[in-house]
Amino acid sequence: MGFWATIAKRVGYGLLLLVAVLVLNFTLISIAPGDIADTIAGDMGGADASVIEEIRTRYGLDQPFYVQLWRYMSRVAQLDLGHSYFFNTAVTTLIFEKLFATLLLVFSAQILAVILGTVLGVLAAKKPNGAVSLTVTFLSLFGFAAPVFWTGILLIILFVSIFPIFPVAGMFDVTVEGGFFVQLIDLLHHLTLPMITLASIFLALYSRLARASMLEVLGTDYVRTARAKGVPERTVLYKHALRNALGPVVTVAGLQFSAVISGAVVVESVFSWPGLGTLALQSILARDTPTIMGILFFSSFVVIVFNILTDIALRLLDPRIKSG
Amino acid sequence: MADSIANQEALELKITHPLSEMAVMFFRNHAAVAGLALLIFIVLFTFLGPFIHTTDPFEMVWAPFTRPGEEGFLLGTDYLGRDILSSMMAGGQVSMAIGLAAAVISLVIGVTVGSFAGFYGGAIEEALMRFTEFFQVLPTLLFSMVIVALFGASLLTVTLAIGVVSWTAVARVTRAEFLRIRELEYVAAARAGGAHDGYLIFRVILPNAMPPIVVQANLMVGSAILFEAALSFLGLSDPNTMSWGQVIGSNRPYILDAGFAVAIPGFAIFLTVLAISLIGDGLNDAFNPKLRER
Repeated sequence: MGFWATIAKRVGYGLLLLVAVLVLNFTLISIAPGDIADTIAGDMGGADASVIEEIRTRYGLDQPFYVQLWRYMSRVAQLDLGHSYFFNTAVTTLIFEKLFATLLLVFSAQILAVILGTVLGVLAAKKPNGAVSLTVTFLSLFGFAAPVFWTGILLIILFVSIFPIFPVAGMFDVTVEGGFFVQLIDLLHHLTLPMITLASIFLALYSRLARASMLEVLGTDYVRTARAKGVPERTVLYKHALRNALGPVVTVAGLQFSAVISGAVVVESVFSWPGLGTLALQSILARDTPTIMGILFFSSFVVIVFNILTDIALRLLDPRIKSG
Repeated sequence: MADSIANQEALELKITHPLSEMAVMFFRNHAAVAGLALLIFIVLFTFLGPFIHTTDPFEMVWAPFTRPGEEGFLLGTDYLGRDILSSMMAGGQVSMAIGLAAAVISLVIGVTVGSFAGFYGGAIEEALMRFTEFFQVLPTLLFSMVIVALFGASLLTVTLAIGVVSWTAVARVTRAEFLRIRELEYVAAARAGGAHDGYLIFRVILPNAMPPIVVQANLMVGSAILFEAALSFLGLSDPNTMSWGQVIGSNRPYILDAGFAVAIPGFAIFLTVLAISLIGDGLNDAFNPKLRER
């Protein structure tokens, strides 16, 4: 199978996964106690049975399960994720408003973690018993064991309370006025702490992985051959070895997107970052089911897209990967 | 003839049980032993501590935010003036119990899915691995937040929500081991001896597939504790219980005045998960002596 055929197959399979997410979403809502009518009636301060019945009819809740499921899926197919009764807006509008903030956080943290992790891993592999190697070991223990919200709070205490150099929350400072660059710097200023916090979980993983795969590659025959024929050590490390050692890091980084989004939910909450995670938490506390389900659906969509992109990146990095 | 039997007996005397060999390997690893000691200490602290330090964790005993060490409060008091030392003990019980129970749930799901996929192969494997992939695509924390939100925050729903989303790694590890082991000669021998599938899966292959599963299960207790902490930090936990994450979440608005009320429970989580992952590394090395070089 050719490159594009494989990608097409992956996309088709991704669509299937999305349908499965929708079915799961809908099943969960249906079997959960209470429904939209109860919530709306509760918000109205109670309503009598006939009113609740009327709401049920209006929202189609009196239809059988499969009819409701079909209606829900066809609405989603038309990019309609429903209406949030807490924010009183279309769920898609809400999501797109918050999407940029979350993607910015997720991407910057992933890029930081991958680059720094790879650099640390390579340096550690150069001297397996050196100080960097020890740092990587320590870092990977810390990264796994420290709860991410705790790391974030400690950073806030350190850089907001003790050395006040970073803002404590939000994405922009309303008092900052100026052109594009002033705004951009303000944004980066706000982004720094959340980004470092989110990256800290994955930095540990990537540096450990980069070290392990680098050590493995450095032991292979072609590296020995390269060294034997007098290729400079720098070229061996960064051209011959690194490219091959990057495979596992890219694979894992791609597969981590669902975990990164989970981490972002917590980090956003710690730093009041106005993204999808904050929105998810708000809608959960308000029992705003359409919004919650919309976010769950949309983030699964993002994860699937990134899994496919990772697949493409891997194939470009290593043409030997078999299609299929 | 008699001579060779005697020789064989002498040989057998030297062969130690594989488990005791692993124990020797484990106890040679200083970090792992330190982790084990730390974990034992934490378990004793949380479960036996309340018998010595009897202050009720929910009772307001002094002024809020008494600093650690002042007024006889070793770890200070929280925003409601409750004793943090007591909440660390009570919270640890909940955090560890949920962590353990959730890990057992995901172990059962993961081992079942993984062993059937690896043993049968073909369409069954395809279907089960697609099912696993589906759960990998859902952002775990969001999904469990949804479960807790829809079904209410109780110890049971929180535990189930964590267990149901975190079994995929176990399934993959189990499947990989089954794929490897099912080709081995002793499996073929057992099959030729007329063993049925259930016997082959649970009595022949599974015991031999255990080492990596045990390592994974151990790590899963750690990540389940972190998971529970994140959920209760976000306010999605049983309000009638106290867990480490909850203490952090409830004291969080006051971090700039009383950072210790947040730092202490976070450190407790950190130490517990650290101890667990040190033990995990030790188990891994003990099970795979060949990999120690890495």
